[in-house]
Amino acid sequence: MKKFDAIIIGAGPAGCACGLTLAKSGLDTLIVERGKFAGAKNMWGGAFYGPSLYEFFPDFWKEAPVERYIVRHKYSLLTEDAALSFDFTTKKYRKPPYNGFSVLRARFDRWFAAKVEQAGAVVATGLEAEDLLWEGSAVAGIKAGGDELPAHAVVACDGVNSILAEKAGLRGKISPRDIKQGVKEVIQLPRPLIEQRFNLRGEEGIAWEFIGTFSRGVPGGAFIYTNKESLSIGIVVQLSTLTEKRVSANDLLEDFKHHPEVENLLADGQLVEYSAHLVPVGGKAMMPSLYADGMLVAGDAAGLTLTTGLVLEGANFAIASGKAAAETVIRAKKTGDFSKRSLAHYPELLEKSYILEDLKTFENAPLLLENPRFYSHYPEMACELAEKIFTNDGKQRKKIWKMFRETQKSKISLWQMLRDLFRIKRSI
Amino acid sequence: MKSASVEDKLAVNKYDIDKERHIQIKEDICATCDTHPCIYACPSDCFKLREGHITFSYEGCLECGSCRIVCDKEAIIWALPRAGFGICYQYG
Repeated sequence: MKKFDAIIIGAGPAGCACGLTLAKSGLDTLIVERGKFAGAKNMWGGAFYGPSLYEFFPDFWKEAPVERYIVRHKYSLLTEDAALSFDFTTKKYRKPPYNGFSVLRARFDRWFAAKVEQAGAVVATGLEAEDLLWEGSAVAGIKAGGDELPAHAVVACDGVNSILAEKAGLRGKISPRDIKQGVKEVIQLPRPLIEQRFNLRGEEGIAWEFIGTFSRGVPGGAFIYTNKESLSIGIVVQLSTLTEKRVSANDLLEDFKHHPEVENLLADGQLVEYSAHLVPVGGKAMMPSLYADGMLVAGDAAGLTLTTGLVLEGANFAIASGKAAAETVIRAKKTGDFSKRSLAHYPELLEKSYILEDLKTFENAPLLLENPRFYSHYPEMACELAEKIFTNDGKQRKKIWKMFRETQKSKISLWQMLRDLFRIKRSI
Repeated sequence: MKSASVEDKLAVNKYDIDKERHIQIKEDICATCDTHPCIYACPSDCFKLREGHITFSYEGCLECGSCRIVCDKEAIIWALPRAGFGICYQYG
């Protein structure tokens, strides 16, 4: 039976980046994907800032199925009946290479996988890796579709639930505290309506993020990204708090969708898809062992995502780690040594790239973001203060600082606020 | 936009539903559970409390893995649908 140089599990961004790098170096590469096509099982929020992809495709937006390029970034704090926003745009974002794109995975992953095939790898869709093959204590391939497929190296890029990393003993049970649940709707809306409602022209798009009382104190936020003819709208919330508060993500999503600031944006839209996906947000503390004899783990399967509060970043890490895993396999192929000792090159590469550095820089952020005051007290304070500033009630005006102190005192002690500020400074 | 139930939302999704269920629950263990985190964790309402018993339907499963992670009683035998079956996202 033919022995592959590498078998990659999963044709998402990590698997495709890994496969492309290997195939370009002429290694015999197989990607196994359980979905009917690459992307069939995958979902993300939908805004992608793709520096890691530029390495493979210097002007990928010309060929990749991107929806819109992001020219407008907006953040809003919501209370039950108010919204305070800031909105950033610059001419620079309207020119190539652009700053970011809205992207739908079912289309994007399919395109990426086709590129990997063109480079010479085999992408087998509708095929599930059921188990690992072992030679002593070394991984020696996979079992898939009832067949044994031997390989020098197996790269698990099978996502947050990575069954194979678990089977290889590289990681244990995941805690719900280390997980955020993303729930998303794709809502179809005619192009002219999207452009009018979001102040966009042509292929321009907006990335709009929200935090506030709609999440009922559950750490997390909501988002709206504009696609060509649809909106991606969803929430990303802490899984452990959902079950503690006995509330489901869909309830929170519905609250968000019915906020006065949001409801009008969706009017006359038609739901075309409802999806859910988990995000590993535990940071460095939840990372599994990244390699074993004959095996490597990359992307979400390796827990490689970054949360800083304003950023929830997974795809770039997936692509960069997939590439680093491939480079490790290429090096191992040269020496003919696929042992754990040889594959230890992989974390060294990750250390050298920005990935592990970023995770180290923000290693205290996951704990910070569990602070419920960010999702209720502070949005309420900000909106109340804005209301006081803008409301003309015919009475004598006060100084803004005085209004601030009045609002702040009614919500939270100054001491508590300073402590939170200090934590923010230390963590992000 | 009117409030849509999870059931209505799942109805627009594309699935290839297998005859066999990919997730099993150990009902005897569920009977000893009083918090039922699975009910709130599942984004597709696959777990329901009916007359004090947890019931599970696999057809609308979005394969996210939340139930497996929140169940601390190991009452869920979790697996993915066979290759080619289950949710098939058209947008993602």
